[in-house]
Amino acid sequence: MSTVTRDLGNPLRPMPQGVVRWGWILLLLGAVLSAVAYLLDARRAGYDSVILVLFLASLAAGAVFLVALEYISGAVWSVPMRRVSEFLASLAPVLPVAGILPLIHLQDVFPWATQGKAIADHVMQAKSPYLNTSFFVTRFALVCGIWILFFWLFTRNSRKQDTTREQRLTTINIRLSAVFLPVFAFAISATAIDWGMSLEPHWYSTIFGVYYFSGTVLAALAAVTLAVVLLLEGNYLPKLEGDHLYSLGALMFAFVNFWAYIAFSQFLLIWYANLPEETAWFITRWHNGWQAVSIILIVVHFAVPYFVLLPQEAKMDPKRLKFMAVWILFAHLLDLYWLVMPSFDQGVSLGWSELSVPLIVTGAAILVFSWNMGRHNIVPVGDPKLERALHFHL
Amino acid sequence: MTEKPLYAVAALFDSPSAIMHAAEETAKAGFTKYDVNTPYPVHGMDHAMRLRTSRMGYFAFAFGLFGTISAMLLMTWITLVDYPLVIGGKPFWSWPAFVPIAFEVTVLSAAVLSVLAMIVIYFKFPNVGHPLHDTAYMKAVSEDRFGIYVQAADPLFDEAKVRKHFASLGAVRIDPVYVTLPGVADRPRLFEKRFMGVLAATAIVTVAVTYFSLNKLLYMEPFNWMMDQNKLKPQKPSTFFRDGMGQRQPVPGTVARGFMPYPFKGKPDDAGKYLVNPLLPTKEVVDRGRTKFLTFCSPCHGNFGRGDSRLQGQFPSPPTLHSDKVRNWPDGSIYHVITEGQNVMPSYATQIPRDDRWAIIEYIRVLQRAQNPKESDLK
Repeated sequence: MSTVTRDLGNPLRPMPQGVVRWGWILLLLGAVLSAVAYLLDARRAGYDSVILVLFLASLAAGAVFLVALEYISGAVWSVPMRRVSEFLASLAPVLPVAGILPLIHLQDVFPWATQGKAIADHVMQAKSPYLNTSFFVTRFALVCGIWILFFWLFTRNSRKQDTTREQRLTTINIRLSAVFLPVFAFAISATAIDWGMSLEPHWYSTIFGVYYFSGTVLAALAAVTLAVVLLLEGNYLPKLEGDHLYSLGALMFAFVNFWAYIAFSQFLLIWYANLPEETAWFITRWHNGWQAVSIILIVVHFAVPYFVLLPQEAKMDPKRLKFMAVWILFAHLLDLYWLVMPSFDQGVSLGWSELSVPLIVTGAAILVFSWNMGRHNIVPVGDPKLERALHFHL
Repeated sequence: MTEKPLYAVAALFDSPSAIMHAAEETAKAGFTKYDVNTPYPVHGMDHAMRLRTSRMGYFAFAFGLFGTISAMLLMTWITLVDYPLVIGGKPFWSWPAFVPIAFEVTVLSAAVLSVLAMIVIYFKFPNVGHPLHDTAYMKAVSEDRFGIYVQAADPLFDEAKVRKHFASLGAVRIDPVYVTLPGVADRPRLFEKRFMGVLAATAIVTVAVTYFSLNKLLYMEPFNWMMDQNKLKPQKPSTFFRDGMGQRQPVPGTVARGFMPYPFKGKPDDAGKYLVNPLLPTKEVVDRGRTKFLTFCSPCHGNFGRGDSRLQGQFPSPPTLHSDKVRNWPDGSIYHVITEGQNVMPSYATQIPRDDRWAIIEYIRVLQRAQNPKESDLK
């Protein structure tokens, strides 16, 4: 059991009131926008909240995944930033709330949820043992339950360690991660298939779960990077002199490439086989204006982050990392928009109602952080690896 | 031993933090011709040694780009110029299929060329003799010690001073390193005659061995696995026959099984006049005609013979089969067109057997009757 020699500042400093107020303003603005959109066009609001669910799930599940990844890989460098991932994972309990609206309007959003349509169509008929309302709701509850449960278990042990400083708690969390990670693989695939792929029940792609997963981890990493840089600027986190930021940047760069790799793999196989039931999905995304969105997505989600994050200095520079983190979060939102909205409308429809998604997510993230800060240490002060982690050099 | 010139003074340290400190202090003392050797890459060392950012990354990027571009050009040349082949109905220049190969070649050339470049630039390949080689110092740093040495060529070098400098930093061992092969490590000798000669000889030997084993060795007993046998293969010459050909011509007047001469070649009018459909429009015949029509005729003539090609303008569409001209044609004329082709339509004699041609004609009659029914049909 090592003791930390460095002055950690006050790890219980609360978030400034001004920022908390902004969190409320953004969240309420988003909620109002969402409500107005719902009154004007319930179907469109339903699709917007599908994007919201996927985006929130990306951040929440991705953050739990990052925590589990740190434990199971025995990573040292990320220990001072683990609490940031844990705070971000507090979005997990918000997820079921975001899912309420689309669950009420299941029939407007998911074609298979309409009885008559599903019976008349033999493909939907064949898929009905999986794609039916009750099983869908059960799965969503199960998936949310898994994330909330493991978020709660991980953070409870991690917080207990702040006072007890027991090595045993780290061991327990390592075992929990070993249980969680395979379950996570199923849960994230189910989320991707249910909320993304089943919007077009005729279409299927076996790599779709991995595709969503790549965006999930990327978005969570970007959110953690953004929070870490902001918290460092405000002196909430102890000064990280080593290669911590570089590692975050390098992971982000790696997952930018991973996303592109998976996205291209999905495209290449469908393009090669050229089967009508598979190509239909890309054809809707290549006509009626969606072609421009597809090309912009490649540029925004891959080309720009790739070349910006490529040089070594970029991964060490907090300013560039902060900019790229915001950029990647936007890119992930665009990715989800590109996944979901072509099922709503053949043509590109982008309006004020889509704005509610980033507003709600940003507001909720700020509030979740402010709720945690001041209640829980922002650095895991009892973690046995902390001293080594603060001096981490690659 | 002692008359050999001094190359450097080398010191060993115990920990990565000690070597970092030593590098910082050595840089601060103003030495320029010094280097650090560690058993694994110690990050931050370039900063401690006050080296400028390595430009190897730009080289690697250029090598990678070279790989991407050459792979794309190679595949473009193969698919457009050298051997154009329709694959899966896709355009010749199907770039998505090139991406995985371009990616692999990018990684390969970036990695291999970077390593080769580093071997030449830093290790001064093909010079393999370096004063540090085979010293206790080099053995230690490739195991568990961290080493630093200052070259005698450094303008600030003074053996006693350097020793004192390292000792004050807490070095566990300090050794002098002597030059054993004078002049070897001074400059890379890539373009020296001897090295180039060895390179060329290696290339020639490799090519010769490859050629010999693939073209000669594999055809020798017992390596050939009976690939080469004392018998005649199709399309091969032979000295046995007087005309020098291995294959024989059929006996004059031989007729292939099922062969029927077609006497109306180039005489469409005669075909219409004299040929009679041997089949009756029974259900079986019409069904067979329908299958064959949908397989062979419908891509251009359309599923209902309206001339609405399914090929989306990639091939000229034929006129409709429901015109007065075709409706009033005798069966023999249609048979003649299928057999001989007409305008851009090629002959289908090899694809469609005789009876199937007649069955198709029965089906075309059905289609025509359906499009232009008689008064009696509508009652």
